[in-house]
Amino acid sequence: MRSLFGLGTVPASLIAGRNRPGTFQAGGLRALYVVVLVFALASCFGNKEDTTGEEAWPATSGLGRVATAAEIARLDIDVRPDGQGLPNGSGTVPKGRRLYQQKCARCHGRTGVEGPYNVLVSIQGDTTRKNKQEKTIGDYWPYASTLYDYIHRAMPYDSSGSLTPGQVYSLTAFLLHANGMIDSTTVLTKQNLPQVVMPAQEMFVPDDRKGGPEVR
Amino acid sequence: MKQDNEGIQHNTTAPVHTGTVMKRRTWLGGAATAAVVLVQTAFGKRLQAAVTEAEKTLEDTTKRLGTPPGVLGTRSPFETPHKKPSDTSSRTPLQDLYGMITPSDLHFERNHGGVPRIDPQHHELMIHGMVEKPMIFTVAELKRFPSVSRICFVECSGNFRGGSEALTPQEICGLTSQSEWTGVMLSTLFREVGVKPAAAWFLAEGADAAVMTRSVLVSKGWEDAMIVYAQNGEAIRPEQGYPLRLLLPGWEGNTSVKWLRRIELSDQPFMTREETSKYTESIGGGKVRQFSFVMDARSIITFPAYPAHVGKGWIEIRGLAWSGRGKIQAVEVSTDAGKTWAPARLQEPVLDKAHTQFRYIWQWNGEETEIMSRAIDETGYIQPTFRQLSDARGGSKGGYHFNPVTAWRIKRTGEVLLQPEAGRR
Repeated sequence: MRSLFGLGTVPASLIAGRNRPGTFQAGGLRALYVVVLVFALASCFGNKEDTTGEEAWPATSGLGRVATAAEIARLDIDVRPDGQGLPNGSGTVPKGRRLYQQKCARCHGRTGVEGPYNVLVSIQGDTTRKNKQEKTIGDYWPYASTLYDYIHRAMPYDSSGSLTPGQVYSLTAFLLHANGMIDSTTVLTKQNLPQVVMPAQEMFVPDDRKGGPEVR
Repeated sequence: MKQDNEGIQHNTTAPVHTGTVMKRRTWLGGAATAAVVLVQTAFGKRLQAAVTEAEKTLEDTTKRLGTPPGVLGTRSPFETPHKKPSDTSSRTPLQDLYGMITPSDLHFERNHGGVPRIDPQHHELMIHGMVEKPMIFTVAELKRFPSVSRICFVECSGNFRGGSEALTPQEICGLTSQSEWTGVMLSTLFREVGVKPAAAWFLAEGADAAVMTRSVLVSKGWEDAMIVYAQNGEAIRPEQGYPLRLLLPGWEGNTSVKWLRRIELSDQPFMTREETSKYTESIGGGKVRQFSFVMDARSIITFPAYPAHVGKGWIEIRGLAWSGRGKIQAVEVSTDAGKTWAPARLQEPVLDKAHTQFRYIWQWNGEETEIMSRAIDETGYIQPTFRQLSDARGGSKGGYHFNPVTAWRIKRTGEVLLQPEAGRR
């Protein structure tokens, strides 16, 4: 617990001890002494009544309003790996292929490998080309849900948020198929999208730095 | 050793300054001779050029009425610091700045869908998910909560460039800047909405065209996260997230989501694009490190640095050091290509997770050498060399969270160049 008077950290037990019956024994006297000292010092340096700390703020400020279900639904667009957040609707690889040519190929290339911007598709079996260095969906993306979430929120770059759920499902289906994750006849929905297992997932490890002198 | 340095500085700075003043006076009488003399001082080329322009006009400011008071201050026309933009970012000119605060208009930028134009009257922050009471706060309401100010850096984790001798500090690592930030502690808002104990992560989402999202540990939210609305004494700049941004001191800049509109508490991370396919780094053995939030300690000499030219004699080596793990404890400087190291002076105040200036007085004998600095933070972490870092990460030669020692080669001509090979020892 922080001191009310900005005099540094005071162990929570000392302050809390004041109001707990039974803790004012043995060590309690010492605690009382420290508490008195803290208050004495505080009176030297500032007001006796705390008007500065967060502790002075009431439990509820009265600021803000409760968000309604409709307000939450309007903004809550994220999709998690377990599928939470995926909307109703479906998409197919052929529809996605056509949409990709209209809305994506300009930046990502005719087949998703040409660029100029992010390379999306890994070339199966290719070991010589630069493509293997690229963080493609097939080689680097650990979750299929991220594709839906990201295309929906941020793509196309110059008209983000313009795609319908069906269009996003179709583009996701096309890109997963192009990377060899699903076959060309899959109809992608909120049921089967979370089931798609991405091979890159096994590469990812949480931060393994432990602090301290070690360089990692 | 530190005392030695302080002693040296006392003995040497005075003559350098006196010399400069005297020579400038001489110059007013005869420009040609003075220009040559100035070259021989240890100071940079930029200064010479600015003074030359000023002298050309030969305007006697004591004989002409100056500009009346105005509604906004201006930068002197003789000072032209600039950010260096690319398609997606813009870099702070570290080599042109003084002190620990980055002027707000020179703060680096990184955005993923441009800078939005947000009317604060219509901007709100919603906090929902695993909370007792989902709530919405207007910007005006957030400003009424108990406010806190703190000085700390924000650094993009993709802040390493090399591969050329002709790179300035701005080009090498200009994606770091420092401001005094003012806002409300996120913990205050957490208490207000009643975060449920099972909530371990929260999603922070921006109102830009990328609707930028990152998953953040709830523990950071309780520790020192802020919702910020002011920077260096005024409302934060649009490029820094106007009217609201998240601020996570010491963490990679991308997580301090700008134009913040929503926070969703959750029992698991959301695995957004930025925390999976971006802002993750290879660490060897076919492994990729994820959620590497904390910025390790780093430093860079900002003078002398490319493109400065220096002359033989006393040089005050200057630079910045910082660590996302805590305070800078020491900075060491080597002027013999890393063979020996000596402590630099740190400029007070040395703050937690903050850019800290360092200085080291050095007499250059005119022989070619390399100068470099390494930061040591309060956790005992010593900024690694390029080789140490690369070895620790299975041969990585760059990428996110790459913070190697930067060395500058000083040629006999006084030319200062980046030494890309230096760290590879």
